[in-house]
Amino acid sequence: MSDTAENKNEQMITLKVYRENRGQDSGSHYDTFEVPYKKWTTVLDALLYVKSYIDASVAVRYSCRMASCGSCGMKINGIPKLACYTKISELETSTIECEPLSNFPIIRDLVTDFSLFFNHHRNMQPYIVAKDSNEDDTAKGTFSFYQVPEDVDKYLQFSYCIKCGLCYSACPTVGTDVNFPGPQALAQQYRYFADTRDESKQRLDIVDDRHGIWRCHFAGSCSKVCPKGVDPALGIQLLRSYMLGISKNDKVPAKKIEIDSTNDADGSVGSSNTE
Amino acid sequence: MDLMSCLECNESIKMTSRTILKESQIMKIHYITGIAAVFVVALHIMMRLVVPFEQSLEYNYIIANYKNIVYVLILEAILVLISVHGFNGIRIILLELRQSRPWENMVTVVTISSMIGLIAYGTRTIIVANGL
Repeated sequence: MSDTAENKNEQMITLKVYRENRGQDSGSHYDTFEVPYKKWTTVLDALLYVKSYIDASVAVRYSCRMASCGSCGMKINGIPKLACYTKISELETSTIECEPLSNFPIIRDLVTDFSLFFNHHRNMQPYIVAKDSNEDDTAKGTFSFYQVPEDVDKYLQFSYCIKCGLCYSACPTVGTDVNFPGPQALAQQYRYFADTRDESKQRLDIVDDRHGIWRCHFAGSCSKVCPKGVDPALGIQLLRSYMLGISKNDKVPAKKIEIDSTNDADGSVGSSNTE
Repeated sequence: MDLMSCLECNESIKMTSRTILKESQIMKIHYITGIAAVFVVALHIMMRLVVPFEQSLEYNYIIANYKNIVYVLILEAILVLISVHGFNGIRIILLELRQSRPWENMVTVVTISSMIGLIAYGTRTIIVANGL
């Protein structure tokens, strides 16, 4: 394919990509590529163009291409963003610098290691803990939780998290304290704490640690970079207010409704699926 | 950033984090002492401002202040509040600087002993000046 723009609507942009291979230990450098783009071209499109036509060795993680999976997180002109969700035309710079996310070990080029990030998330018990129930009950469809819209509103925003790691990358505390869980894990702790289906008594104790929720300095960078509007900073402050006793924990556990195979939850005859 | 050392450090710190006070209790004290210190220091400054500057530096005037029990109590309150708030702040800064079991234990011991030492020495000064 020609290096020059073939279409009148195409312009050229300079893509500066960070290159490093942890396995080879040969140091790092930047490679520069001239890439054509149109009005709707995203940074991910440009990177895939580079892989297809210029340098196939550029390593980049991606999947859904629609800001739903969180795989393509990277620093674009110094700010953590999703490459699939960032249009080149909106960046308004003649050179686009693509770097791996900060606070993550680099595997290769733009691909980073999420092991510690997922480890922090796993430590938060990111699942519903309900007494007097087990997986078999829900698997057999014998009961369902009852939640009104107001109950869902309390945690819905925080459930939009796609674990992209942008907030973790932007957090200044994560940069200095490896034991700090990060905004994503703490926001998810609030998500389950606020969920009326959850009955865990350990949620606050898990983060009440010298490297836990109290090391957040409320910089707000996490909320600024979140592509899904989760606002992790809000989740952290809400959780802190419960821990300080400023907010009262008056959560009423969700009722469990037994599902009859012949009747609906309101008693009418119908399907056993209450969704 | 080395992943393996991060994961190992994470596990070792989690196994040894046992404290007399929960971190939330410590932070509650930190916030209360900070807010209270603002009020008490403001009171102290206002007490200074009502007196002409030259008079406030006279020896007899300073000793007379130490004889005033209300002033003594305000000074003691400032000493305790600022010591607790300040040394806890230093503890937090040092904990964020480096993470390892020996370092964290050292930080805890040094900051608590420094806090107690400063409060003790300051209280001694106030008592001696007051002539109690």
